[in-house]
Amino acid sequence: MVEKPVISAAQAAAMVKPGHVVHVGGFLGCGSPDGMIAELVKSGVTGLTLVCNDTAVLDEKNGRVTGVAPLVKAKAFSRVIVSHIGTNPETQRQMNAGETEVTLVPQGTLAERVRAAGFGLGGILTPTGLGTEVELGKQKILVGDKVFLLEEALPGDVALIKAAKADKAGNLVFSKTARNFNPLMATACKLVIVEAEELVPVGAIDPDHVHTPSIFVDYIVLAGRP
Amino acid sequence: MIEYVENKEVIARRIARFFKTGDVVNLGIGLPTLVGNFVPADVTVILQSENGLIGLGPAPAPGAADKDLTNAGAMPVTILPGGAFFDSATSFGIIRGGHVDYTVLGVLEVDQEGNLANYKIPGKMVPGMGGAMDLTTGSRVVIAATTHLEKSGASKLKRRCLLPLTAAREVNIVVTDVGFFELLGGRFHLVEYFPPYTPDWIVAHTDADLVVREGCAACEC
Repeated sequence: MVEKPVISAAQAAAMVKPGHVVHVGGFLGCGSPDGMIAELVKSGVTGLTLVCNDTAVLDEKNGRVTGVAPLVKAKAFSRVIVSHIGTNPETQRQMNAGETEVTLVPQGTLAERVRAAGFGLGGILTPTGLGTEVELGKQKILVGDKVFLLEEALPGDVALIKAAKADKAGNLVFSKTARNFNPLMATACKLVIVEAEELVPVGAIDPDHVHTPSIFVDYIVLAGRP
Repeated sequence: MIEYVENKEVIARRIARFFKTGDVVNLGIGLPTLVGNFVPADVTVILQSENGLIGLGPAPAPGAADKDLTNAGAMPVTILPGGAFFDSATSFGIIRGGHVDYTVLGVLEVDQEGNLANYKIPGKMVPGMGGAMDLTTGSRVVIAATTHLEKSGASKLKRRCLLPLTAAREVNIVVTDVGFFELLGGRFHLVEYFPPYTPDWIVAHTDADLVVREGCAACEC
């Protein structure tokens, strides 16, 4: 198999440019690529659109800052597309101040919109959100006797994801609930960079145990290395 | 004269008794999470957590937390033997696909049409819906768990929700600290009351159309 370049977190961060739509894995910080996030903060990049489950936890008083929260604090995003901002008061402040546009998407719909982007689909039909503000401005489609909302695919420019293990070809294994959006985002973006806790030779992962096949991955960053 | 005293434990205790062995249950953050503590010893439910597991176990022993194993509130948890992990698309496939029997969630407002609001107070607090919209859409039975009165004394059970809805006509059961209600035909139906409260007290303290069902019984929860 073709091996993928192993790069530094800083080199990964340098590939993220203003205006990019960036998918970041993680669920309230569990399974987020923290090394690349830290380098992205250092790079000072702004004007990004974030696609992520949430804007993570920003609770500096109790020393809890997780996931993409440092990027929110650094005002890297002009827009965030997420399902939850309740544990990051800075997102809420930026929203109220008109600094950041916040689009709230039901979590299952967000997952499917990302998956649709990676799977060559224009969107998905879901009953979630009918009768709520989520349906505003969206097309309703009748299938048989059931009404669904058309939710469009949500592709990205760059995916920054986290895996427990990668082989040198980029086959990935995720750990426990750190999996969440990571394998979906790996399919949905033009450029996919994985931060892996462990790098093993090609062939060291049983093909039956691969969660994300190598062809989705472009670059590998080793977690815990500069 | 009955004085109202908020009691979240009674809500959790009563909800825990709805389940039977094999039921797949998703418990929301906060009050609903308490329900897990009161499932009867002879009942085994399968807890689903929308961040990507079934077979949710108890909190880990001190010092044994695994950074890669959390619940949907980012708290460290464990997984029981026979449990499984999956990605977010599969998790919501389970939820939206009708494979979850009960979802229990907290509310800001719940109304007699079965509408529920809990994700947004415009201009004030906007946590977001997280997985709640999918959970209420897809679960077989939606249980709203709430104290009966707000701190101000206002009824949490409403004729009509004024806040943006999380769920439109999806709630089946409401359990408060004074009784258990079913939603049917645009009205709350009181099925059980929790002493010292009485059906008369509950009717007087519920700002919605409420029917006391025939055979409505006291429940010592």
